[in-house]
Amino acid sequence: MSSQPAVEFREVWKTFHRHTGQLLLRSHFKRLLTWKDSVERFHALRDVSFQVEHGESLAVMGKNGAGKSTLLSLVAGLVPPDRGDVLARGRVAALLELGSGFHPDLTGLENIRLNAALLGFSRKQTAARLEEIVDFAEISDFIREPLRTYSSGMIMRLAFSVAVNLDPDILLIDEVLTVGDAGFQAKCFDRILDFRRRGKTILCVSHAAGMAERFCGRALWLDHGELMLDGEIGEVGCAYQGYLNAGA
Amino acid sequence: MRLPFSTNADRFPVPVRPVRNWTGDYWYLIENLVLKDFKIRYRNMSLGMFWSLINPLVMMSVLWFVFTRIFPNANIPHYALFVLCGLVPFNVFTMCWLSGTISLIDNAHLIKRVPVPREAIPVAAVFANCLQLLAQVLLLLFLAAAAIGIHRSWFWLLAIWPLEVLFVTGLALMFSAFNVYVRDVRYVVESTNVVLFWLVPIVYDFRWIPAQYRIIYAYNPVAAMVMALRNILLDQTAPAGTLLAKAAISSVAMFLLGLAVFRRLRPRFYNFL
Repeated sequence: MSSQPAVEFREVWKTFHRHTGQLLLRSHFKRLLTWKDSVERFHALRDVSFQVEHGESLAVMGKNGAGKSTLLSLVAGLVPPDRGDVLARGRVAALLELGSGFHPDLTGLENIRLNAALLGFSRKQTAARLEEIVDFAEISDFIREPLRTYSSGMIMRLAFSVAVNLDPDILLIDEVLTVGDAGFQAKCFDRILDFRRRGKTILCVSHAAGMAERFCGRALWLDHGELMLDGEIGEVGCAYQGYLNAGA
Repeated sequence: MRLPFSTNADRFPVPVRPVRNWTGDYWYLIENLVLKDFKIRYRNMSLGMFWSLINPLVMMSVLWFVFTRIFPNANIPHYALFVLCGLVPFNVFTMCWLSGTISLIDNAHLIKRVPVPREAIPVAAVFANCLQLLAQVLLLLFLAAAAIGIHRSWFWLLAIWPLEVLFVTGLALMFSAFNVYVRDVRYVVESTNVVLFWLVPIVYDFRWIPAQYRIIYAYNPVAAMVMALRNILLDQTAPAGTLLAKAAISSVAMFLLGLAVFRRLRPRFYNFL
């Protein structure tokens, strides 16, 4: 397993339609009748290739809409590329949005079980990890309360706890670590560093280099879907910062 | 001809690859999705499951009143039970179909964020409704047992209910996929269900239908279910062999067709959700 990269992109292209009321029957008919391709497309990723080795930590930088989240969605297997190949070897856990797999009317415990099942765990595997997840999130008093009574910090702690304790091989983080108090953030960093020590792979998205620099050695810089630079994080961070300053 | 949901394949000659395979405990996943639907639906209701029973009982009473007091018909014994034999399978069919159809949209947040096998979502929506409607089925069986009695033909219930669930699962898979691309589909399903109420022999007997219109019913799976149920519960006889064979073949065919359509449309769900 270790001989092959954990994540591999080979000349990946991804486009999305711009929906302009396109989901209604009317517009489908209109397109059929006019024979005109009225759909605007935009390229989320253009010809992106890179590899991430097992145990490597990679940060993805770029402005809003540069294709960072699309890149993580492709790694998570949520969406297929239009052209090229995306390979991810191992179990992927994604922290893509604050508590995105959670439902507000379910209790913390029910949400943990649901998320474990969504990631492919069996009843036994879930039960074995349940206690650790609750302990790590430090919300044992609220664990039988519905999620809508939680503060955003508590939801974030629970989401992070679920993602790291379900023992993924590849962890995807999309700007979630900005929530939570300093104490919990420190705990999260510890857990991420521990994750790295055990040879797991991390991909994270970051607008600013600050947070990512603490646990990523390497970075990609994306701009309008194109891979601008791939290299050591300090170097890429400087180049990106320089570009931002030049634009402003 | 250009399909209304054409892919980028016309631009890029390479075919769209399927989403990476999900491995894990499929049944535990379905169980959790069903429990989620079920808990969310009933958590904020004080009467909970009772609503599921009140609805068919109210409908049964109204229909009984209209069709025994206003339009009297002397030739159907146990008319209330007769109506319930139509209402319960109709409710199972329409509610499973509709909630299956809207399930992908309702769970868009999951599909866009977790690489869950997408088939599980409409299947779980159908099962969650079955679980909810189990109360109605038990009510029907209880009333039938009390009014007429249990008979060994009841064993056939174990065949016809799974067939109806299989049929509607196929339908739910197909229409949930359509509904991702064209959001109007849900209203088509709702309107069809209203029409279906009158085109299924719920308030009337199959034998009253003039011969020239029977063709409409011969290809109606819900009508077949209602007739089989009345055979079993009211006449205490086994349903006709041809009816069972037709139901079995059409259910399996519908399920396979639904699954095939779903798989065909699945790769581009993400872009439309």
